[in-house]
Amino acid sequence: MGTVNIDVAYVAHLARLKVTQEEVEAFGGQLDGVLRHIEALTRLDLAGIEPTAHAAPIHNVFRADQPRPSIPPSEALSNAPLAANDLFITPKIVE
Amino acid sequence: MNLALEPISTLRARLRGREICPRDILAAIRERVEELNLALNAYVHHDWDAAMAEADRADLSLPLGGIPVAIKDVISVRGQPCTCGSRILQGHVALYDATVIGNLRRSGAIPVGRLNMDEFAMGSSNENSFYGPCRNPWDTSRAPGGSSGGSAAAVAAGLAVAALGSDTGGSIRQPAAFCGCVGLKPTYGRVSRYGLVAFASSLDQIGPLTRTVEDAAIVLGAISGHDPADCTSVDTGVPDFAASLGGGVRGLRFGVPKEYFIPGMDPAVERAVRAAIDHLAHEGAEIVEISLPHTEHAIASYYIIAPAEASSNLARFDGVRYGHRAKDATDVIDCYAKTRQQGFGKEVKRRILLGTYVLSSGYYDAYYLRAQKVRTLMRRDFERAFETCDAILTPTAPSPAFKLGEKLDDPISMYLGDVFTIAVNMAGICGISLPCGFTGGAGARLPIGLQIIGKPFDEATILRVAHHYEQTTPWHRERPPL
Repeated sequence: MGTVNIDVAYVAHLARLKVTQEEVEAFGGQLDGVLRHIEALTRLDLAGIEPTAHAAPIHNVFRADQPRPSIPPSEALSNAPLAANDLFITPKIVE
Repeated sequence: MNLALEPISTLRARLRGREICPRDILAAIRERVEELNLALNAYVHHDWDAAMAEADRADLSLPLGGIPVAIKDVISVRGQPCTCGSRILQGHVALYDATVIGNLRRSGAIPVGRLNMDEFAMGSSNENSFYGPCRNPWDTSRAPGGSSGGSAAAVAAGLAVAALGSDTGGSIRQPAAFCGCVGLKPTYGRVSRYGLVAFASSLDQIGPLTRTVEDAAIVLGAISGHDPADCTSVDTGVPDFAASLGGGVRGLRFGVPKEYFIPGMDPAVERAVRAAIDHLAHEGAEIVEISLPHTEHAIASYYIIAPAEASSNLARFDGVRYGHRAKDATDVIDCYAKTRQQGFGKEVKRRILLGTYVLSSGYYDAYYLRAQKVRTLMRRDFERAFETCDAILTPTAPSPAFKLGEKLDDPISMYLGDVFTIAVNMAGICGISLPCGFTGGAGARLPIGLQIIGKPFDEATILRVAHHYEQTTPWHRERPPL
């Protein structure tokens, strides 16, 4: 089995997850172990095998494009950490 | 008679005979919760007054009229907390009923309480809960299994009549095995997932945990059915599962996969499951050896697909619309990253990182696509097997309940414990776990689970086999020593 060296800091950035140096080291070792286990799949011959995205015997489900009742703004905002004027408040994203 | 420990059919008869009212059942459950929940930590929230008020309005003529059903903390019940065992959703209140909750209410049932679980259903021990681990009622130093540990412990200990759980890689069946109750994962598409907080969307299913197979059949019948709000819900008839329980096993043929009896599995588990297979043969079933050759790749492919889908599903927890938000962020990206750092526990972080890695540029074909192809092979294994048998018999887990803390910092060892349940999710078929014996020797007596795997949408057959096994063996009458 090859050694995988997952770049935890980089992947954590992609995942929008802040990690400490301690976590980088702990997760790095653990995830390398998991990835080495997963590497076994690379030895399988999968030529000509179609992927299965999910097991349900259905594809492309449509519904009529018609308006229907939805949650009112006051309720939709009821779990928000910060809200005002029927809007979610976030840190500034434009200068 | 303690109402909290009675099966649904008995409660239903007594409710209809006006010997008891729904409040009596709730009061019995409440009493046990107040007595035992401190030790077990099965419930993370309950609101008895609301449940009592709902009980007073129950229509007793309905199939589950007046019967309380406890709910895993990952299924939305309007007006109740829904935290998924996570800090990031602490204080979150669900805005709508999941379809299964609407279906339960239409059957007359009363959704009660919020049951402990591994954070976002990621785990096999219930130790990954922000609200503390749930404990196994047979030995409180041991794990109840996971991720539906609270559901299994509550049902086994009589803190609930029945419960709903969710199963992505074994999260209903493995805790059912560890706690000595019945747990059923329905076929993918049988039960709507609308209102279930998503973990791995191509694998998740909601199902019942109960003390008897008949109760599982009754609850499954109530929650099943096509739902236009879930595009993976399959529009197929729902049989009367409870009505077809009495068919016995004579004339049925059961496959025993050689890959499911592996070196290193607990000898007590192997003994009990082999004895269960012999028992079913004695009862008139034919037993054939089968092979599911891609079993050895189940865990590797699952631990690509499930984390990949989880990393995508959990992107919505960013501190903007609901849940926890970090206070000291410098900009919006920093706000997301710190919120998620503070809100998620270790195992969820591990899986988000693993999922993000396998989906990142250049790795998709090597990991996710490859795992989806392996899923095709695993599905074919089962299709081929079901050409020669009506159901498949296996252990549910390779060991009985392990000690809390034993595997906490060893994710691979924890993941390997899912070896017998994962393939059922990957193939999208159905499986049930029920008690088939106990460990002997010194120490606590621990339950052992038999898994019965069925063809797609053939829950009726596995329920019938499970019911016959249960009714001809003594195991379901055993109660934890509380």
